[in-house]
Amino acid sequence: MNDNSIIKFDGVVKRFGNVTILDSLNFNVQKGEKVTIIGPSGSGKSTVLRILMTLETINDGVIHVAGKPLWHEQKDDKLVPAGEAHLRAMRKEMGMVFQQFNLFPHMTVRRNVTEAPMQVLKLSREKAAKRAEKYLDLVGLSSHADKFPSQLSGGQQQRVAIARALAMHPNIMLFDEPTSALDPELVGEVLNVIRRLAGEHDLTMLLVTHEMQFAKQISDRVCFFDKGRIVEEGPPDQIMVAPKEDRTREFLKAFINPE
Amino acid sequence: MLFGIHWDTSTSWTFAVSIFPILLRGLIVTIEATIVGFLVAAVLGLILAALKGARSRLVSWPARVVTEFLRDTPLLIQLFFLYYVLPEYGLVLPAFLTGALALGVQYSAYMSEVYRAGLESVARGQTEAAHALDLSALRTFCIIILPQAIPRIIPALGNYLVSIMKDVPVLSVVSVLEMLNVAKIIGDRTFDYMIPLSMVGGLYMILTLVASAGVRYLDTHLPKQGLPLR
Repeated sequence: MNDNSIIKFDGVVKRFGNVTILDSLNFNVQKGEKVTIIGPSGSGKSTVLRILMTLETINDGVIHVAGKPLWHEQKDDKLVPAGEAHLRAMRKEMGMVFQQFNLFPHMTVRRNVTEAPMQVLKLSREKAAKRAEKYLDLVGLSSHADKFPSQLSGGQQQRVAIARALAMHPNIMLFDEPTSALDPELVGEVLNVIRRLAGEHDLTMLLVTHEMQFAKQISDRVCFFDKGRIVEEGPPDQIMVAPKEDRTREFLKAFINPE
Repeated sequence: MLFGIHWDTSTSWTFAVSIFPILLRGLIVTIEATIVGFLVAAVLGLILAALKGARSRLVSWPARVVTEFLRDTPLLIQLFFLYYVLPEYGLVLPAFLTGALALGVQYSAYMSEVYRAGLESVARGQTEAAHALDLSALRTFCIIILPQAIPRIIPALGNYLVSIMKDVPVLSVVSVLEMLNVAKIIGDRTFDYMIPLSMVGGLYMILTLVASAGVRYLDTHLPKQGLPLR
């Protein structure tokens, strides 16, 4: 690839039974770009992240991540479905933050963050602990390292989940509605952490969210998804303030208070 | 006389007291068979459950067939098979081991279903998070899923522990000297069955009550969110 895309979807199709979730989707993300995906539920926006994280397979098309095919392997000029070893290598590019946090409830906060670096990256216990310390500090929770997730608020749990993903040193961070399961008064602390990450020049971020104001502040580009396609995309000011498509306008109306 | 211990038949009371240490020998064998059987069932059941949960049908189907077969045939047939048929193929095991193995193999089928329910009760998000962190499937199973499933299945596993204990007398047919067999031998020789059999019944009840109490203790004291890992 000659462009600077770190993520590249080419004609990607995803179906669940008869329902088409992604309808030959073309979608690019540049290295270091912060992209927000908005759209009604069922529009396929979370599926984009889940496919990237290899939690869902694709039915057709090709995805490139960091110049390499994600779901395929090159074999004698042909692309064949990728084996587990290839998928494991590709996953190292990405980290994901889930709507439901998905912390490991039986592990301390520290162990949550050190487990994968020790097991996957083969860091020593000391190095992994040091790394955990660094990222827990980044999300403002270093004093909670010995607690269990159930002793933390939802917002704190989600911040641990962010630290856990960052500890793997991904080049791409995927946020799947990271504040949707939170009480309103806890949303801010999580958004603040994500905002700080958005300042990182090298980190590519892909964010699915319903927090429109926030998306407007941190995104380089906003994509409006509907029915498995990108209806409209562009700089946040254009999409959020002066959308061209009726469908986008209609969707945004529900979020922005009419005054 | 049994195990070099004599009995005193002069009164019912002295008879009961004199055969008590003999029955205790049998009791120890019963407990040993229960423990060995349970451990075999626990390990084999977990393996069966893991195989049945495998994505590949080439793996999950044979495991399912084995489970079904073990559940649908009597323990006695499986015991006879191990005891009389395996030696024809050169595998001779002592009666105790054969018996404990038969118990373990049969109960592994039941326990695999318990494991499966327990494993499936762990939220899908846990596997997804482990997957996103690039943890291997084996590591995810052992460190993420299993520790969360175990506290949830302790009561059911405890019930099977008690069931295994109550099935140990079946081993008497291959001449294992477990408690009931010992009582029967005493009865055969003294023509007094009532006292040894009642005592075995009483001892069994105590065993069951103790085991149930132990399981209840585990159930209330293990953290519900999973075995803690620091």
